[in-house]
Amino acid sequence: MIDTLRLTAEEAKRLLDAREVSGAELFAAYRAAIGDRDEELHCFLHVCDDPGGDGIPIALKDVIGTKGIPTTAGSRILEGYLPVYDSTVVQRLKAHGLRILGKTNTDEFAMGSSTENSAFGPSHNPWDPSRVPGGSGGGSAAAVSAGLAPWALGSDTGGSIKQPSALCGNVGLRPTYGTVSRYGVVAFASSLDQVGPVARTVRDCAFLYSIIAGRDERDSTTVELPEHVELPNEDGLRGLRVGVPKELNKAEGIEPGVAAAVQAAIAQLEELGAEVGECALPLSVEFGMPCYYLIAPAEASSNLARYDGVRYGYRADAEERLEMYERTRNEGFGDEPKRRIMVGTYALSAGYYDAYYGQAQKVRTVIKREHDALFETFDALVSPTSPTVAFPLGARTADPIAMYLSDLLTIPSCMAGLPGLSIPCGLSEGLPVGLQLVGPQFAENTLFRIGHALEQALGFDPVPERLRA
Amino acid sequence: MSSAEWEAVVGLEVHAHLKTLTKMFCRCELEYGAAENTRTCPVCLAHPGALPVPNGRAIEMTILLGLALDCEIAEHAVFDRKNYFYPDLPKGYQISQYEAPLCGPGRFLLPTADGEREIGIVRAHLEEDAAKTVHSGGATGRSVGADYSLVDFNRGGTPLLEIVGAPDLRSAEEATWFLRLLRQTIVDLGISDADMEKGTLRADVNVSVRQRGEQGFRPRWEIKNMNSFRFIGRAIEAAFRQQVEAHEAGEEVVQSTYDYDDHTDRLTVHRSKEEADDYRYFPEPDLVPVEPPAELVERLRAEVPERPADRIRRLADELGFAPAAELVTTGNEWKAEALAAEGVEWKAAAAIAMNRGGFLPENAGALARIVQANVTREALDEAFAAAAEGPIEADDYLARTALGDEDELVPVIDAVLAAHPEQVETYRGGKEGVLGFLVGQVMRETQGNADPKVVNRLLAERLRRE
Repeated sequence: MIDTLRLTAEEAKRLLDAREVSGAELFAAYRAAIGDRDEELHCFLHVCDDPGGDGIPIALKDVIGTKGIPTTAGSRILEGYLPVYDSTVVQRLKAHGLRILGKTNTDEFAMGSSTENSAFGPSHNPWDPSRVPGGSGGGSAAAVSAGLAPWALGSDTGGSIKQPSALCGNVGLRPTYGTVSRYGVVAFASSLDQVGPVARTVRDCAFLYSIIAGRDERDSTTVELPEHVELPNEDGLRGLRVGVPKELNKAEGIEPGVAAAVQAAIAQLEELGAEVGECALPLSVEFGMPCYYLIAPAEASSNLARYDGVRYGYRADAEERLEMYERTRNEGFGDEPKRRIMVGTYALSAGYYDAYYGQAQKVRTVIKREHDALFETFDALVSPTSPTVAFPLGARTADPIAMYLSDLLTIPSCMAGLPGLSIPCGLSEGLPVGLQLVGPQFAENTLFRIGHALEQALGFDPVPERLRA
Repeated sequence: MSSAEWEAVVGLEVHAHLKTLTKMFCRCELEYGAAENTRTCPVCLAHPGALPVPNGRAIEMTILLGLALDCEIAEHAVFDRKNYFYPDLPKGYQISQYEAPLCGPGRFLLPTADGEREIGIVRAHLEEDAAKTVHSGGATGRSVGADYSLVDFNRGGTPLLEIVGAPDLRSAEEATWFLRLLRQTIVDLGISDADMEKGTLRADVNVSVRQRGEQGFRPRWEIKNMNSFRFIGRAIEAAFRQQVEAHEAGEEVVQSTYDYDDHTDRLTVHRSKEEADDYRYFPEPDLVPVEPPAELVERLRAEVPERPADRIRRLADELGFAPAAELVTTGNEWKAEALAAEGVEWKAAAAIAMNRGGFLPENAGALARIVQANVTREALDEAFAAAAEGPIEADDYLARTALGDEDELVPVIDAVLAAHPEQVETYRGGKEGVLGFLVGQVMRETQGNADPKVVNRLLAERLRRE
């Protein structure tokens, strides 16, 4: 009997290699778990049949293009669209024998922090189904948390891997910008989008990252990794210096239970031998969010122009061209993409470019420099991932700004192109609290090392209490 | 105020399809005339998630052009997105270059009959072409009133070089001459066929007028997508006339896009779009900046052949400006070069090159010997005809010398003069042009075997003598 709630990918691989379990049995076990629990959680938009083979199953956020398998990005405008090619990350998974379990729910075009912006209905948090799993990659995070997949891929623009991982009690990595190919991944904001792993352990997360990372000639913004990905082993953190940026740890809106759990984890870091010191990121935290909400919508307004009804996807009936465009996009896009297309179009318009998009890009450079300066003193920075634990469905849907604030703590490092790892560090009100570790460019190995040591020391049980046997 | 006091101010924006094997941002083959929509992929059809990868050869070709136009080659060039909606633009934006083009300011030294004119080059940049829309049904063949439209994406993503010239041209004639030489420069670099008929070369023409001596510019009219030298010249002249008329009548000349109608020989305001153009340019985040290494630029600099303008200057010393210009821009230059290299005097080589068809280069030596010998015109015709087909031997033709012997020619000439007393009178009356007719008669009598030079001399001597 395979316990998908507790099986790690590493253990699954050992069982497959030792022929203690067959590929078919393993795949069937996850399909059965999906059958049992996904009606309630709605993690999947599409579930696949076993393609055969002996690889580990994996779930994919529905922005990741899969040849012949529906890829909607959570939008009506791509309903029924079947990609004609595999994204590079999917090619790499397949080259490793990994088998696709299905496509997971997401806020439409990855725009949101709760999956409530999905055109196909929200996902639910396995710890408490009346609450959101976070977003935009809530489907992948909830699926891993609920044992519907051993691991998954998400995509992160301003926190869409880290924040749902925090809210569902998973380990999630947003990699350094440029280390994972975006080819074949439905674009939201090109200069920020990164694909990354969601897993139940730091080692699984590192292993999945090692499979997908590296230069892809089809994505001009990718680079070769300067060093190999190492699966973390060490328990001690002697010699490592960890900074605690006060703006990220004392921001308005951080719940006391979240702050307490993170404080306890920071104390644990010191016990493990790390040097911990306070530091500051004043400009990044103050300006990161407003700049993000200019740059991301500006790029989105251009990236979403291709959904015009001409070649694929949804097309509305109309008498002539302009009417066809307007009706197709009006009926095909939900409110959040429309809001961002409007904001982004405005930010790029003649006469406004310098004041908005141009200025935001300059501030982005300032944010990078402010981070770089801290990394002269520290190997990594620590903070909560999300200011709050999972919130109830509907709590923030009426107020876009309240929803945007869910990503307050993840956005600054995304703007700087830096890697960030979220690991669970405890519970608050019975719900998981995520701890965010941010490192300099290409410092994924350092983040894995700290995350692994902390994970071992904290002994957090990632299985939602209500699902424990 | 007469129109003689006005001058035209013309600037050209020239677009040329680059002759790369594959498209600008994907590796679909470029093949003119391939069946519709058979040269496409997820990238050039803008499927979700597809990303552009620049064609390195197209970047090199753009740098080559920039070097030939004395442009500054950018150390840091950026691709930008130009956003607008149209069915032949699948991404909803065109990848182009805006603030940081590959080639910065340069200049074009335009040789003219009156010396040299410097025409500024503002910039040259690289972009992708749109696909082709075909409007079907309805009466007009245009988008308004068509029953439906079809898009052929084969052309979509073709590398397109855009050269922006400064408003330094002062007449229709000068503008078309500049365009011809610019075209020849592009062709000689081997980077484009630059064929207007096939649409691989197009020009946008900006025209304004001002009074001689006036500083600054008046509002200009833009005439887009012109694809014939003749129409470009006529459109500039028409715009000049209409604008001068308007200025003199005190009417406002509005800066806008115009269409030229060759039937009425007039320009009319282009049907304006539903909304004002705001392309919302911003740096293409899917691409990294292009930073051509100095070694690459130097290697390319060595590849730039002698420029047509420079060749005209060089040949004009031998031939005069007009024949030199004609030789270089008609594609006949190589024939003259080949014959001159084999010892034919330059002027004669140029005349032969302009008047004779092509030949296999390997025959240049034999032809040089034949044209320098005194062979009959018939033999010459045959030699050139054969030289276009396969290798020839000079000795097969050299024996057929022209009739140059005076003792043999004089009786024929006397008979011709006797038979045409009227023409003789005309000549002596001062109209010496009639000599050609008399030469022709002698050539006819000798079945084309007479040496025309000798016939000319003897005829002139005898006509003058009596």
